[in-house]
Amino acid sequence: MAFTPITKTYHDFFVDRDRENCIDCQVCVRQCSYGVHYWDENRQQVRHDSSKCIGCQRCAALCPTQCLTIRRKPSEFREHNVWKPHFLKYIYRQAETGGVLLGGMGCVTDIPIYFDNMLLDASQVTNPSIDPLREPMELKTFLGAKPEKLEIEPSASGPVLKTRIAPQIELNYPIMFAAMSLGAINFNLHVGMARAAEELGIAWNTGEGGLHKDLYKYGKNTIVQVASGRFGVHRDYLNAGCGVEIKIGQGAKPGIGGHLPGEKIDERVSQTRMVPLGSDAISPAPHHDIYSIEDLLQLIYALKEATSYTKPVAVKIAAVHHAPAIASGIVRAGADIVCIDGMRGGTGAAPIMFRDYVGIPIELALASVDQRLREEGIRNRASIVVSGGIRCSADVVKAIALGADAVYIGSAALIATGCTMCGRCYTGKCPWGIATNNPELAKRQNPDMAARKLANLVKAWGHEIQEMLGAMGLNSIESLRGNRDKLRAVGLNQVELDILGIKHAGR
Amino acid sequence: MKRVKPVKENCIGCHLCELACLTAHSASGDLIIAYTKERPAGLSPCKTVIHRGDSAVALSCQHCADPKCVHACIAGALFRDPASGRIEYDEARCVGCWSCIMACPFGSIGRDPAKGKIFKCDLCKDRGSPACVEVCPNAALVLENDE
Repeated sequence: MAFTPITKTYHDFFVDRDRENCIDCQVCVRQCSYGVHYWDENRQQVRHDSSKCIGCQRCAALCPTQCLTIRRKPSEFREHNVWKPHFLKYIYRQAETGGVLLGGMGCVTDIPIYFDNMLLDASQVTNPSIDPLREPMELKTFLGAKPEKLEIEPSASGPVLKTRIAPQIELNYPIMFAAMSLGAINFNLHVGMARAAEELGIAWNTGEGGLHKDLYKYGKNTIVQVASGRFGVHRDYLNAGCGVEIKIGQGAKPGIGGHLPGEKIDERVSQTRMVPLGSDAISPAPHHDIYSIEDLLQLIYALKEATSYTKPVAVKIAAVHHAPAIASGIVRAGADIVCIDGMRGGTGAAPIMFRDYVGIPIELALASVDQRLREEGIRNRASIVVSGGIRCSADVVKAIALGADAVYIGSAALIATGCTMCGRCYTGKCPWGIATNNPELAKRQNPDMAARKLANLVKAWGHEIQEMLGAMGLNSIESLRGNRDKLRAVGLNQVELDILGIKHAGR
Repeated sequence: MKRVKPVKENCIGCHLCELACLTAHSASGDLIIAYTKERPAGLSPCKTVIHRGDSAVALSCQHCADPKCVHACIAGALFRDPASGRIEYDEARCVGCWSCIMACPFGSIGRDPAKGKIFKCDLCKDRGSPACVEVCPNAALVLENDE
């Protein structure tokens, strides 16, 4: 095409407009924040420039005559198993810009998804299944350190618990909304998550951008995060939530920090993060006060002191090669909850090389961490929360059977509110009003609707989890936790089976 | 008294309400025909989306308790139905003096130059429920009952 660099020529999507049904009403023109659709004065009709299309589907979703179909542009490159088209496009882009490739959302490569190779058990004749519609089915979960043993004292009014129980986070479902900071996503979604968490009796996580003052009232359902940038961290913030999470790493980009561009720092984000308006908010790769487990211990106890030992402290790491040893150190440093974020975890922006090639799948990290903590006899001292590619309630069940206490859902939560995983969160132009602080776009997320959809999603998964538990003959999520006998694998090799600690189907 | 209340904070300015209104009041009941054939012949939506800066709002007749248009109407074409609270419009009586248009504080009465008469929101009374409320993708239009 004339006047365009070749990087633009090999675009990913094209707009298929059914001219017979298009009425030139310009709804698509108003919805597209990437300027794909436009009104052509000369032709007096709506036209489009497919080279700008990022495949978010917003126009197609709102087109009143359904005349738009967004299609993958058929590749013109010769088939080549090594030089797949996306590598060519990456190289063209970098040859043009000289910059690091950026991407949003999680890993897109075809690294095995072990959840898909795991199958669940169901009761048949000898151990009857349970119908959750007729019998109690407990999903309640407590996150926090559990005692080695319970000491009970007799008293005149009956037995009394003598053991002091560490602070716990009480959840009605073993599902929480993952850390997504104010700034990365906008205020409307923080309101939506907070309200949904309150309605469901679960927790949402602030992410590293602080908690807006209007949301302190949802504190009992809020986990406040302390990350390397220490944005928005102060005494009241730490005490506002039901727990504090130290973020060391993130599954989508293990080993690197974060960068919220100044354009996204509006008045509200600036106040909440405690950074100047319009200035870049840069989270360093490491915490500059943590270079050892001993340093981590100091921060954990500093936060426990700051919250008077009333709230559990979590430590979140990315799933990496030595996750079990790191997790062991984290537990010994005094963390009440270990959060592990797998490589398929989402993000607003990550270098594509990190997003796609750094870290390990959550299933392997979870199984090995759970196993290691058990072997060391310290599994009770911390709960395990996993995240990074939890797509459905069966994934939740499988994660819990592998040893997790609860899961975080981030991408799934955003998808519930309309996200189509187009992966351009870092542009700040999210047409679904999610990863943007542009007031005109952010309005597309009505907090009431977001709260309802998020609550619906968790309730729906809750019903499904109850059904799956019942089918396995279990009546509480506690009975599934670490119960790997309820899992069988298909198509995995012996090493994978050993790491996951599960048998092959048929055994 | 029922009315379609616009929620400015939620309005994303997509104009789908206008298209829904147009279709609901068209002879064909088909959006494509309504927009491409009936609209050039004079059909207009009773709803208007107004943009200012980042804000947008979809306005239509608010079926006021104290209706300025009814007071202004010289022909008795606009009147309040005591039962429903709706501001009803009898097109046969309208003489096209446009007094009501001048009086309406919301600018929610339109002019049909082909007919020489006005048009306004009837809350889709023949349809059952307002099309604009149903179509709005962001719950920016709410059917409110003031009683």
